[in-house]
Amino acid sequence: MAEVHSKKKNNQITHTSIKGKTISYFIRHIQVFLFTLGTICRSPFASLMTTAVIGIALALPAGLHLILKNFEAVTANWDGAAQISLFLKKDISEEKVQKLTTDIAAMDEIENVSYISADMAMEEFKKHSGFGSSLDALDNNPLPDVLVIKPAIHSSSPEKIQRLMAKFRKNGMVDIAQLDMEWIKRLYSIMDVVRDGIWIAAALLAVAVLLVVGNTIRLDIQNKKEEILINKLIGATDVFIRRPFLYTGFWYGIIGGAIAFTLITVSIFILSDSINNLSGLYGSSFTISGLGISGLFILLITGLGLGLSGSWIAVGRHLKQIEPS
Amino acid sequence: MIQFDNATKRYNEGYEALSQVSFHINPGEMVFLTGHSGAGKSTLLKLVACIEKPTRGQVIVNGVNIGRLWKRSIPYLRRKIGIIFQNHQLLNDRTVFDNVALPMIIQGVSHKEVGRRVRAALDKVGLLSKEKLYPITLSGGEQQRVGIARAIVNKPPIILADEPTGNLDPDLSKEIMELFQIFNQVGVSILIASHDIDLITKMNHRILTLEAGKLIRDGK
Repeated sequence: MAEVHSKKKNNQITHTSIKGKTISYFIRHIQVFLFTLGTICRSPFASLMTTAVIGIALALPAGLHLILKNFEAVTANWDGAAQISLFLKKDISEEKVQKLTTDIAAMDEIENVSYISADMAMEEFKKHSGFGSSLDALDNNPLPDVLVIKPAIHSSSPEKIQRLMAKFRKNGMVDIAQLDMEWIKRLYSIMDVVRDGIWIAAALLAVAVLLVVGNTIRLDIQNKKEEILINKLIGATDVFIRRPFLYTGFWYGIIGGAIAFTLITVSIFILSDSINNLSGLYGSSFTISGLGISGLFILLITGLGLGLSGSWIAVGRHLKQIEPS
Repeated sequence: MIQFDNATKRYNEGYEALSQVSFHINPGEMVFLTGHSGAGKSTLLKLVACIEKPTRGQVIVNGVNIGRLWKRSIPYLRRKIGIIFQNHQLLNDRTVFDNVALPMIIQGVSHKEVGRRVRAALDKVGLLSKEKLYPITLSGGEQQRVGIARAIVNKPPIILADEPTGNLDPDLSKEIMELFQIFNQVGVSILIASHDIDLITKMNHRILTLEAGKLIRDGK
């Protein structure tokens, strides 16, 4: 009878403790979460060494990316980056040329058009070439009429320019359409190379962060060997023992991300004066843009992910080796 | 509660620490384990605590066959066993309270319950007033009692003690042994390894004597 009674009591305990266990599960997580932060704060110098390495490793690719992004912004609103010269066919009447000029100027993609007639071009050539009088020997003017076209800013991407060129080439009055934009293409492909390079650097530095966190956690595990052994002897599961180390990695990563953000923001602040000076000299209103909230978010998430993975690797490798004997 | 059937433990080097040991400890029984050093006392305790597995034969603890136990299940078996070590194995960077609370923290017992049971355990070993101290500031006997409080805080059905009085003077040793007797009276099975023959014969409990890995005597 007494046994039945106690069994009933036991059942009650297990029933009520399901909710209680869930709550205490979260409480334990929060405890470890705060406990590991406290441990990190109690040894600020050692923690700073680890987190600063992570911060610098994250700041390098993020900073390079930011430089590239700003550079892209500069080249995107590069006035007069591309200039199209239309060499017109001979023997086209003045009126037709005028009409073509106004038609082109009315196009949405065009900022302005200037007409250089064959005579004007000849005058110019005489003045600057130094052939002056010898050109007088020519019976007629060999130079064509030229329209110099400046595309609008919003149409100055390579693809849009190419489409514009194709349109001009189809025009019956146009003899040759020439685009002076090889250097822009080169610039864009250099930027592509730089972009790929940044990805490679980012991947290498991510591995470096994993190794730094992994090594720090490995030392941490070795220092706490005795504690781990005692915990195992009194019935701690691997999950329980692993938890504080994973949270430590989590904190290292997130603090490292915050340090990276600070480094970049301070660098931009230092650079902004001289960059404003420089763009002022070019008559541009360009100002350098920072990482913003999304950048901060990405840095923190990246740091967090790398910190957690690094500690996971270390924990997986080294905790197994510590068993009571 | 603890059952050995022809249990043999042979280490890789070919050295046989235990040979064909058989005995059965009933629930609520208090048993001493004795023998010279190297006779196999520690190995026997390691088999019970699932630190080692038998090479041959069976070891059954609390109804669980140690030889067939999954690695993942080991922690749950150990929670049923309170282990007391000769060198206390306390964490010196935590207070007495935190040390005793450790088994409950590991099991995720609620905060309120932890406080209540830790104090109950400390009260039993007479250290309630020292809960806020660090183990390093306590005497050897007091440290051992902290270790005992940690072992009993979960109310495990089995207590294992490896030379619990090894470093203590006779009076303290007797006190510790009497403490074990009190736990035994509430139904806990207790296995104590000790080479202090004088002390354990006075206690008047069953004694297992090992010699060179063999069980040579089993009785009072």
